[in-house]
Amino acid sequence: MISAALIRSLDRNATIFLAILAAVTFLVPFCNLVFPPGSMLHVPTYLVSLFGKYVCYALVALSIDLVWGYCGILSLGHGAFFALGGYAMGMYLMRQIGTRGVYADPILPDFMVFLNWKELPIFWYGFQNFAYASAMVLLVPGVLAFVFGWFAFRSRVTGVYLSIITQAMTYALLLGFFRNNFGFGGNNGLTDFKDILGFNVQSAGTRAALFVVSCIALALGFLICRALVTSKFGKVLVAIRDAESRTRFLGYRVESYKLFVFTLSACMAGVAGALYVPQVGIINPSEFAPANSIEAVIWVAVGGRGTLTGAVIGAILVNYAKTTFTSGPLAPYWLFVLGGLFVGVTLLLPRGIVGTYRHWKAEREEKKKAQAPAGVGHAAE
Amino acid sequence: MRMFCDRLVAFVLAFGLLLAAPAGNAQTFDAALTKFSADSFGDTEEAIAAVAASGNRMAAQVLEALQDARLAFDPASKKIYIKDKDRVLDALTGNPVPASGELETVRVNNRLRRSIEAAIGGLTLLSPDPAKRFEAAQAVFKSRDAKLMPLLDAAIAKESDASLKRALLEARAAAILNAEEAGEADKIDAVAVIRARGDQDALGLLSGLPASSPPAVARAAQAAVGAIQNQLEMWAGVQNAWYGLSLGSVLLLAAIGLAITFGVMGVINMAHGEMVMIGAYVTFSVQELIRTYNPGLFDYSLLIALPLAFIVAGAVGIAIERSIIRFLYGRPLETLLATWGLSLILQQAIRTMYGPTNREVGNPSWMSGAFELGQINVTYGRMWIICFTLVVFAALLAMLRFTRLGLEMRAVTQNRAMAASMGIRTSRIDALTFGLGSGIAGIAGVALSQIDNVSPNLGQGYIIDSFLVVVFGGVGNLWGTLVGAFTLGIANKFLEPFAGAVLGKIAILVLIILFIQKRPRGMFALKGRAVES
Repeated sequence: MISAALIRSLDRNATIFLAILAAVTFLVPFCNLVFPPGSMLHVPTYLVSLFGKYVCYALVALSIDLVWGYCGILSLGHGAFFALGGYAMGMYLMRQIGTRGVYADPILPDFMVFLNWKELPIFWYGFQNFAYASAMVLLVPGVLAFVFGWFAFRSRVTGVYLSIITQAMTYALLLGFFRNNFGFGGNNGLTDFKDILGFNVQSAGTRAALFVVSCIALALGFLICRALVTSKFGKVLVAIRDAESRTRFLGYRVESYKLFVFTLSACMAGVAGALYVPQVGIINPSEFAPANSIEAVIWVAVGGRGTLTGAVIGAILVNYAKTTFTSGPLAPYWLFVLGGLFVGVTLLLPRGIVGTYRHWKAEREEKKKAQAPAGVGHAAE
Repeated sequence: MRMFCDRLVAFVLAFGLLLAAPAGNAQTFDAALTKFSADSFGDTEEAIAAVAASGNRMAAQVLEALQDARLAFDPASKKIYIKDKDRVLDALTGNPVPASGELETVRVNNRLRRSIEAAIGGLTLLSPDPAKRFEAAQAVFKSRDAKLMPLLDAAIAKESDASLKRALLEARAAAILNAEEAGEADKIDAVAVIRARGDQDALGLLSGLPASSPPAVARAAQAAVGAIQNQLEMWAGVQNAWYGLSLGSVLLLAAIGLAITFGVMGVINMAHGEMVMIGAYVTFSVQELIRTYNPGLFDYSLLIALPLAFIVAGAVGIAIERSIIRFLYGRPLETLLATWGLSLILQQAIRTMYGPTNREVGNPSWMSGAFELGQINVTYGRMWIICFTLVVFAALLAMLRFTRLGLEMRAVTQNRAMAASMGIRTSRIDALTFGLGSGIAGIAGVALSQIDNVSPNLGQGYIIDSFLVVVFGGVGNLWGTLVGAFTLGIANKFLEPFAGAVLGKIAILVLIILFIQKRPRGMFALKGRAVES
């Protein structure tokens, strides 16, 4: 059954996308590790991390596209799920530092020693175990999304109202995580990681491995989304997006569909956050900022909502533009560009890049079809 | 009998102080001054008492100099001098004299410092300046020096101002409570006086009575402490409510424009906060111009800025509506994204024009300062902002209710097609409504520039709160926005003491999220078919 779903989900576009992704997954680490620095084909380690970051962002975009593009839920709080996954991974990495911290406390992370805490808070228990931390990466965002969604969808909070309360949710978490007594490092967050599963986080090999893992996660996420949206379940999602009341009247439990897809999407964002943290080496409360979540939404809009490849392409394009702009003399103008993207895409390119391309192609084919049986078509009109 | 003697002494002293011409006791003053030159703590203490009692016009100056270690003596001639910056004054006459020989400073220790403070307090008790007398009464109240009783009695007898008299009586009561020899009945009376004062100082005084107090006094004091604590709690409640009103008015001011664009038109304007910011920057620019060209007008700067901010923000709003939002009607999520992008552009534009740092916006004289109302502290700035908010709210309601434009706005909101067929140019009304909402955000910016940092991020801090206010109050209902803003403001301030500022805010956010689950259309929801559309 699963294989059937997979085969169905792999149309031509999806296969091309996965092939390109596989090529990148292989080539980037290969060029990084095999060719010596200075060689034409060498990819520096910092670029591997940068690409890894893009891949994580692409996974977030995918998760947003799943709920927004296919189910019409515009979440402005996906940054919160991303950050929670990141914090879960960060906690694992903090516990791995052990006695190598500044205060050399075998159990307490540095910031707790600094705050004069004597014991590890209960919610930090178990995070030295990678399996437990990985479970939390999925569970914490998932449970939050489930509880939040259960309340929201059951009382039929929809549209902009939902957007605003998701934004309020991530804002509340932002305020909370900024506090020192919350137990997550306050303003500074978690940083100064040493190793992951015994490998040095800084080394080129680990970076390459993390990149590969991120790419695999993206591919898996893509396949899951693809299988979902091409199934009957996906058809119902689209129906909810286009006419929620009608779908309900047809006898579908709209809340359950929404809740499932929202929770799944939150878990995906959590995984993206967990893979992001070891590659950038820090997680702090600013990841919860509402602006981040909205920015992620625009990646999807640029690429094309309702097209999974579009979400990935949008995330990578916008972030590549961001890197290029903010590292050069044009840095002060980046916000103009970003703001312009928001306005321009919604006004001029509502289907996004991929959506517009597909639309154009479909129209052209239709025209061809119309022209082929010439005369008959015109008469019919 | 003893009391009577005290009074008598007090009266004699007072009369002595009042009537004796300064020249009359120059002799005693001279003798007292000479004692400083011995530079032993015992002699200095006697000298302080004698100087204070002398009533000489130089007495206060000498004591202040002693307090600041500016009182010096010439070991050779035993004459006393006051060092006043680079001059040297003769302590006896107050005239500048050429510095002669080596001067040594009169040393003081902590015990002496207390005596000096009490003595200065006592001296100024009879000052002709009411403000000084009040200060002195407060100083004596805090020092609780029983030695000053005679002076206090004299001052009380002379005092004609009722509030000053009360302050003096309280000071006297404080002194009585700390005097070993005062009678039990007197002390109980004194407790009653202090209890009537009922502030934090009174509480401190009553809970820290000397252990030697008679049991009846201790009981009375304990009862009074309880009563004062209750009273203080009540005042704390009132103060919290006031802070809540103040915060609520700020929220209302920020949300009121949004209540029009979002509530009435159904347009999600994420750039609303930036309209507030534009208003604040208009205020800044107006003040800059006034500072450069006509500093005399500074007190009117806000009044000048108000219409300008309304026009500038309103014009920007109309431009936004015409160029972007009108293409997105009926697509709320897209509107949200486009206006968010717009807010980024506006922020960055302001950052480029004015720089990223906070800009200094001054308070006109009538906005600064504060006054006491009972036990609560009311700042003029906050008070005017509350008044201003209510005026804006009332004006807006009146405008929607009584003007032609208001009528047309309501018509378009309720049934666009019908309004259009009645000859209303709906697109013009859309633009004007949006301009009105933005303009109100602009004048909110003028008010908020007085209490918040004027930086390009100013609007960001208000946008989420404003949306929550509007959603909580109920979309499409200005009264809902009013109630919502004040409820949130007051709830926030009452949660703060228990939970701290940040946790209080989080609690409010969570409560609102839960509330929206329960009533997705807010407190005062519109009913009927219009709701679903």
